[in-house]
Amino acid sequence: MMTTTSAAITLDQLQPGQIATVTTLNSTGLNRRRLLDLGILPGTAITVEMRSPLGDPTAYRVRGSVIALRREQSREIEITLPASVSESE
Amino acid sequence: MITQTETLPTTACATCPAFNSAQLRKLGINTEDWDYVVALAGNPNTGKSTVFNALTGLRQHVGNWPGKTVARAEGGFRYDDANYKLVDLPGTYSLLSTSVDEEIARDFILFGQPDVTIVVVDATRLERNLNLCLQILEITDRVVVALNLMDEANRHGLKVDERHLMRQLGVPVVPMVARRGEGIPELLSAVRQVVRGEFAVRPHRIQYRDLQIENAVNNLVGQLDARFPGLPNARWVALRLLEGDESIEHALAEGTLGDLQRGEAIKSQNERMTMGVVGYGD
Amino acid sequence: MATDTSANDILQTATQLRAQIGGEQYHDKLMEAIYTDAAQIADQSVSREGQRSRLGFDQLLDKALTHPVFGFIVMGLMFLGVFWLTIAGANIPSAILSDLLLGTVYGWLHTLATALSFPLWLSGLLIDGIYLATAWVVAVMLPPMAIFFPLFTLLEDFGYLPRVAFNLDRMFHKAGAHGKQSLSMMMGFGCNAAGVIATRIIDSPRERLIAIITNNFSICNGRWPTLILMGTIFIGATAPPALASFFAAASVVTIAVLGIFVTLLVSAFLSRSWLKGEASVYSLELPPYRPPRILQTLYTSIIDRTLIVLWRAVTMAAPAGAVIWLSSNIYIGDASIAGHLVNLLNPVGVLLGLNGVILVAYIVAIPANEIVIPTVLMLTLTLGRNIAGAQAGVMMELDEGQVYTVLTQVGGWTLLTAVNLMLFSLLHNPCSTTILTIWKETKNVRWTVVATILPIVLGVGVTFTTATIARLLGWV
Repeated sequence: MMTTTSAAITLDQLQPGQIATVTTLNSTGLNRRRLLDLGILPGTAITVEMRSPLGDPTAYRVRGSVIALRREQSREIEITLPASVSESE
Repeated sequence: MITQTETLPTTACATCPAFNSAQLRKLGINTEDWDYVVALAGNPNTGKSTVFNALTGLRQHVGNWPGKTVARAEGGFRYDDANYKLVDLPGTYSLLSTSVDEEIARDFILFGQPDVTIVVVDATRLERNLNLCLQILEITDRVVVALNLMDEANRHGLKVDERHLMRQLGVPVVPMVARRGEGIPELLSAVRQVVRGEFAVRPHRIQYRDLQIENAVNNLVGQLDARFPGLPNARWVALRLLEGDESIEHALAEGTLGDLQRGEAIKSQNERMTMGVVGYGD
Repeated sequence: MATDTSANDILQTATQLRAQIGGEQYHDKLMEAIYTDAAQIADQSVSREGQRSRLGFDQLLDKALTHPVFGFIVMGLMFLGVFWLTIAGANIPSAILSDLLLGTVYGWLHTLATALSFPLWLSGLLIDGIYLATAWVVAVMLPPMAIFFPLFTLLEDFGYLPRVAFNLDRMFHKAGAHGKQSLSMMMGFGCNAAGVIATRIIDSPRERLIAIITNNFSICNGRWPTLILMGTIFIGATAPPALASFFAAASVVTIAVLGIFVTLLVSAFLSRSWLKGEASVYSLELPPYRPPRILQTLYTSIIDRTLIVLWRAVTMAAPAGAVIWLSSNIYIGDASIAGHLVNLLNPVGVLLGLNGVILVAYIVAIPANEIVIPTVLMLTLTLGRNIAGAQAGVMMELDEGQVYTVLTQVGGWTLLTAVNLMLFSLLHNPCSTTILTIWKETKNVRWTVVATILPIVLGVGVTFTTATIARLLGWV
């Protein structure tokens, strides 16, 4: 089990190079289902792959694939960062 | 727009991969009088269309971006003295989110009752692809998994143990590089095995790890079994009813579901589905 | 008792049980269960050899292609390169084809007709009408298409298009459009009807309508040849010879980029007026790069795209050729039918910096935009015959230089005519196949009409403006 920082942040605040774990999805309806389909659910490890040249959307690496999400979506995904960045998945 | 019927079928295709062509005859769009129906399902951008083209000799355009195939395409092939109709379903990540493409794919696998469903799986994104695969295994156990893009997996330093995967999923798993035609003969023979019942499928069942859900499912499965003895996918129907899936509720109320016992849903469903088919070749 | 269970009983039980489990939570638990199993199986079946995660090369490439600065530069250069190769590469084969089809074969056919003592009207209809229109379509379209399609397909197979969508998404977002609209737009660069069908990947009906209506602003197969020809003989000609094809390519890219700009503008307008609403969320998967298979791509894109599109153009060009020849040779009063039509539309055309011939050509070309240029040439030649003193059959051997001569000398074209034809080529009604597809996909007459009329209104507005400005500044 990973130890986590106390302050919960949302996915849009995740910086490149950090590995985070999804804790809560605040999205609803079809959007929530899409995220679940793509394997973005509580407990999933997620990293930033790259940002669009215009600053949004951001592409995230999740379960081996690269998925681009707009900021309004990533804002609805709560994550935690491990206290010390570990290389385990 | 170029509809599927206008796509020129090939007779001699110079770039076609050299494989066991003695047994395979590509029938292009000629799909009359088939003996078996094969559905082709998979995540977007996993090479479904490539497999479709390799088997039928058609050239549905294959682009490297998700969502390329937005409609259902059909083609045919002849293998080992039997005619197969191959139906390329829209690529989806899931069958549970009720978007249009998912509904097309789901309805065909459920009501179209294909003799085999080939699930094309991206070997480099196995976890995400298994999500769909496991869902399909809940609907039908007549599945062959085409483990595609093995060359990419190798490039990325991934080693996939297809034997272990086969044991876990309980259905044939065929490693493939569809772009180069590798694995097509093995895929065909696996399809034949499943069609003839020569492969003892023992499909993986999802464990819901939640007592409440398991109880609710068992409760409904009991009732479904009583009302529709021999319904092949009662467990999955129960899961959908618990979710309040309207089209399944309709199928139950109207009796379409009952037809699944006897395989009568096939024809009407096929006719209904064909109405909305638009393939495009460019 | 169990055997009496009716469908309604089952539904009732399901409803009760659902209430106990709780809606959205149930779906979450289901997905969690599936992914737990999937992760377990994947974990046990996949082992990593050496380096983890994706190849450094892919990552490096993505860094470059989506770089804040280089991303757009690379994108511009990539498309410029594609068109430059198309234009520069099509020159020689185009000239050879023209020589052959419009020179040798054409002359040979006339000799044959004379030998068989065909009546003049018959040889005119068959050779100067049907054959000539068809031959022009082949000569004008085949070489650029045979270069453009394989190149575009290579980019597509490589996995570049989703990166373009990723780079541009913020603009689409601001325009209130769905993120996947950029993908259906890309598809439209091949064929608008296919692009309209591709909008099925958009779930929200509002955003899908926006994508359908604006798809026409992606330059399609049928329109590239017009742009490439105008760019080559008018724009490229203004530059020093060494830079001619570069200038020509740049002018074509400018129109294509303008098309993207118009797409965004119209999307923004629609999402703030008739199709009000917030952009719904989306997710776009960026696939790994795949080394394109060059030989196979060449083969399939030439067979599937080039020949199919060419065939469509030819089947449209043959009857159009007959119609054009007949209408320019059947006289009512002092002028032919085509002459009357051209004269009728000429004042409007001139006001737009175009002319009557171009407008008539766009009416003839409603079934397929591919035949705009052949129609323009035929009408210019047949109607201008008296003015220029040329005789039928004299100026048929048209290479690009001669096309330029015909258009400027006989048709009275200027640089403004060429620029406005390029603009009008971008901004006019969709072809009839696309209109039919829009209707099929929307089942709505009102939106089909909007999608058809809106581009014409824009086209008229834009060309009128450029023509007026050019005239006020004394450029023309």
